[in-house]
Amino acid sequence: MSETQYNYKVVRQFAVMTVIWGIVGMLVGVVIAAQLAWPALNFDIPWLTYGRLRPLHTNAVIFAFGGSALFATSYYAVQRTSHVRLFGGPLIGFTFWGWQLVILLAAITLPLGYTTSKEYAELEWPIDILIALVWVAYAIVFFGTIAKRKVKHIYVANWFFGAFILTVAILHIVNSAAVPVGPMKSYSAYAGVQDAMVQWWYGHNAVGFFLTAGFLGMMYYFIPKQAGRPVYSYRLSIVHFWALIFTYMWAGPHHLHYTALPDWAQSIGMIFSLILLAPSWGGMINGIMTLSGAWHKLRTDPILKFLIVSLSFYGMSTFEGPMMSIKTVNALSHYTDWTVGHVHSGALGWVAMISIGSLYYLLPRLFGRSEMYSVKAITLHFWITTIGIVLYIASMWIAGVMQGLMWRAVNEDGTLTYTFVESVKATYPYYVIRLAGGLLVLSGMFVMAWNMFKTIGAGKAVEGEIPPVSAGSGFDAPAHA
Amino acid sequence: MDMDINMIRAGVTVAALITFLGIVAWAWSSRRRADFEAAARLPLDEDDEAATARENQK
Repeated sequence: MSETQYNYKVVRQFAVMTVIWGIVGMLVGVVIAAQLAWPALNFDIPWLTYGRLRPLHTNAVIFAFGGSALFATSYYAVQRTSHVRLFGGPLIGFTFWGWQLVILLAAITLPLGYTTSKEYAELEWPIDILIALVWVAYAIVFFGTIAKRKVKHIYVANWFFGAFILTVAILHIVNSAAVPVGPMKSYSAYAGVQDAMVQWWYGHNAVGFFLTAGFLGMMYYFIPKQAGRPVYSYRLSIVHFWALIFTYMWAGPHHLHYTALPDWAQSIGMIFSLILLAPSWGGMINGIMTLSGAWHKLRTDPILKFLIVSLSFYGMSTFEGPMMSIKTVNALSHYTDWTVGHVHSGALGWVAMISIGSLYYLLPRLFGRSEMYSVKAITLHFWITTIGIVLYIASMWIAGVMQGLMWRAVNEDGTLTYTFVESVKATYPYYVIRLAGGLLVLSGMFVMAWNMFKTIGAGKAVEGEIPPVSAGSGFDAPAHA
Repeated sequence: MDMDINMIRAGVTVAALITFLGIVAWAWSSRRRADFEAAARLPLDEDDEAATARENQK
């Protein structure tokens, strides 16, 4: 517990659990993908039905896998760019064990059928309270560390991590406001279309701040580190940050096109979604151009491959998203598997790949090694994952557009050309291809777990040394002397 | 003219836009350049644990 060393213990804990929860969450995803192709795979057991496992999958990959990755990387980056040990004492351990308890409770209650029915916010009120407590502790640890930093600047990655922590706290508390009527049952504090709007204000900003801002923090720290070069344009990173902050909040209504939501609110959601293309691509270009002059590294370094390809998927999905928010496009795409393909292009292509790349950077450094046990296994993981994601999103694009066209097709006399079940039948082969893609991504995670445990076995837990304040390498005097 | 809630809403929107444009101007002002360069170097101006580990493994 020396103040001359960084706290790597909590980073190690979260980093290891990221891989474990990645396997769990993606395994559940593979199971429900198989159920869509072969519904008998729920074995008529209520706990294994699609409706209960699907929220388990989304919660496990977003909050358990993605959340653990965010905790690990933000705790690492904020210490190393602030030159101080994590603030918060026992609160640090509470964020780890509290978060693991939340995940465990989700894994028990969701299959049992306890749900608020709010997408990505299904957990019932007692668990919501625990989430809020852990999150407040997270904010105290993170912002406390920033407050006691020994360098003048707050590095841009910390701005993104900080915005993610602050916004998710607000989103979670507002959207989870409910009236409890039993130990595991509650009713939303909002009614009707207001409830829907609050839910999708939450839902879309969960994408914008949990699944984007936090992972952009990863991008701004780990891509410069792995490339060995400073970010392409620091001023662009500042404009990127504020542009996202000013626009993301208003994009939520695009989830409610052609519903009871007032038309003007839908149009605002669409316009802000279109505006979002600019900061999204500005950030993507900033990340990719960090490699300018060092492109050759991409050929040999599989960690950079993960990091840079994740940005390509980020660019693809942040182009696709605004297009799908256009009402006329949404009339075709909504409620189809195109949406599912879009989400996975973001979640697997962007979120998972940048996390995996960052973890491959992090793991050896946390265990006193110069690199992962097997660099070849990282390359293997990269190709399995990339092929898996391409299979996944391509099959869901085709399936989604086909479904949208079949559902809207009408005969000359105005009757529907296809019954719904005909569109389900036509989707069958694409569900099988999607399953194959998911299986590839999951097997990549097993390769990663093997590589991780080999790296841990060959190394030993180490702590990072905090550079002395006087080590003048361009640093300013302490801001809080 | 009466001040109603919609005037305030419009005012906040305009103020937000002006604030954002102000941030852009601030970020691109040449006086910020040295500070930004120092900030951009923050992740790189530190010992790399992997290099230390490489030394130890020798």
